[in-house]
Amino acid sequence: MEALKELLFKMADDSLVIGHRMGEWTGIAPMMEEDLAFSSIAQDKLGHANTLYDMLHELGEADADTLGFLRSANEFRNCQFVELPIGDYDFSLVRHFLFDNAEFIRYKHLANSSHEPLAKFARKVIGEVRYHVMHGNAWMKKLGNSHTAEGLERMQQQLNFAFPYALGVFEHSPSENEIKDQGYFVGEDTVKEEWMNTIKSVIAETKLTLPENAEPVTGGRKHEHTEHLSTMLEEMSVTLRLDPSVEW
Amino acid sequence: MYGGGNTFEKITATKLEDEDPILLQEFEEKIAKGGKIEPQDWMPALYRKQLTRMIEQHAHSEIIGALPEGTWITRAPGFRRKRAILAKVQDEIGHAQLLYSAAETLGKTREAMINDLVTGKSKYSNIFNYPAYTWADAAVIAWLVDAAAIVNQTANAKGSYGPYSRALDRICIEESFHLKYGHDAVVYLATGTDMQRQMVQEALNRWWKPLMHFFGPPDKQSKHTEILMRWKVKMGTNDEMRNQFMDMYVPKIWELGLDIPDAELGKDEETGIWSFADPDWEEFKRVINGDGPLNKERLAVRKAVENNSEWIRKAILSPESKYVVPLA
Repeated sequence: MEALKELLFKMADDSLVIGHRMGEWTGIAPMMEEDLAFSSIAQDKLGHANTLYDMLHELGEADADTLGFLRSANEFRNCQFVELPIGDYDFSLVRHFLFDNAEFIRYKHLANSSHEPLAKFARKVIGEVRYHVMHGNAWMKKLGNSHTAEGLERMQQQLNFAFPYALGVFEHSPSENEIKDQGYFVGEDTVKEEWMNTIKSVIAETKLTLPENAEPVTGGRKHEHTEHLSTMLEEMSVTLRLDPSVEW
Repeated sequence: MYGGGNTFEKITATKLEDEDPILLQEFEEKIAKGGKIEPQDWMPALYRKQLTRMIEQHAHSEIIGALPEGTWITRAPGFRRKRAILAKVQDEIGHAQLLYSAAETLGKTREAMINDLVTGKSKYSNIFNYPAYTWADAAVIAWLVDAAAIVNQTANAKGSYGPYSRALDRICIEESFHLKYGHDAVVYLATGTDMQRQMVQEALNRWWKPLMHFFGPPDKQSKHTEILMRWKVKMGTNDEMRNQFMDMYVPKIWELGLDIPDAELGKDEETGIWSFADPDWEEFKRVINGDGPLNKERLAVRKAVENNSEWIRKAILSPESKYVVPLA
């Protein structure tokens, strides 16, 4: 049970944090069309987080708002990748591309999870995440084939910066073996392998190159975070904390 | 969430006498019969000019209007509110996109419109130059500013320009959801703890005057207003729209036990006309002319967005690409 909760927590925390970050673009994204796209994806991610926390609530944890909004940063199990600030659009796009491809493969495998509520959820969500991936891949190809040197340089720089963090998505959970043994999930190594193939094939259609010998930035799955997570959570909970005992 | 039909800029009219009298007569007859004018149809220069400004200002009001509420997406209390306000602000950006396309059918590019916005040449609704200090401000905006916008937009959806009218029909459907969401958020605060009640009362106090300004200054039946109403560009006078808003929403605000900060507020039951204190039209003028609490910040944000994204437009613009006017 603890292993299952660990899996649900890391997925829920990833979804909440990336959803919050993508929602920071709402109203100020580079083009209205991208504003709409990032906002849609952010809503999906927040919805996924909400459902996953609800699933944890069913397993005896606190309710979704308490889990999402009122825990402190050192209780979160998201990868560090998602908590980094949105930066410029180039970074946010590269992160979206790298992260969502991993999400897509993760949910594809989760459709066969031995925890039926999770499997059911994964089957439903996969249709949404397919669009996230289509969007990320399309823009990666577009800007990875920029007509300007600046465009190519920016994208390459952000890819170099983001890639080690992206590898950190697949950091093993403390109960990784049990998660696999119980059939909850196929495990991070399998997802990572498929993910590498996808990322390589998309990047091959661009003028960009994947950094070689990148070392994964890990820690998130063991509650170790950058300072950006606590700042983010403080902002996120500022209204609810005025009085968490009442309805808003 | 605007659609007032006020342009707040002087119109330097092309003289109607210069227009072809036969075409003008056909144009007016078509409108009088309830027909729609489409992008390729003949239209007087004044009509084109006024509509371009009006739709453009409406579009600007949507993207600038996303800013005060947008800052509360990251601070909304709990999943339900966070997801709803994100969807709501996204809708406003969608409205901007729809409206810029409608305005483009009259011959001005989106790029030129955005440029006029960030250089301060074209205006947007005054109300978005005021700050949203607390979650309650975001709730009051979603309820009452959107309600005010619906009053305007529902009227203008019956206007004569096809692309604008169709855009408004779609926008009104979404706005009515915003209104429900905003009302729900206000109800929770108004029926909540003392702290929540105080929050929402203070927010209402802050937004009431900008709401009265929202519909524009009191009517002075200028010659232009007459023509624009005959051409169904403007579908109601400022006072009519404001009165309709007050008639619908003052009782609802009172129902929640909230006070409206206007001692002179009252309805003449015989005429159906609401009276209200002078909401300081001098302040209205000052804000229109750039001297409101947040005019500079709002434009600075938009300017930063444009500057930061210039590299993307350059990067994706193929040398062979051509500009195509959208069909509404």
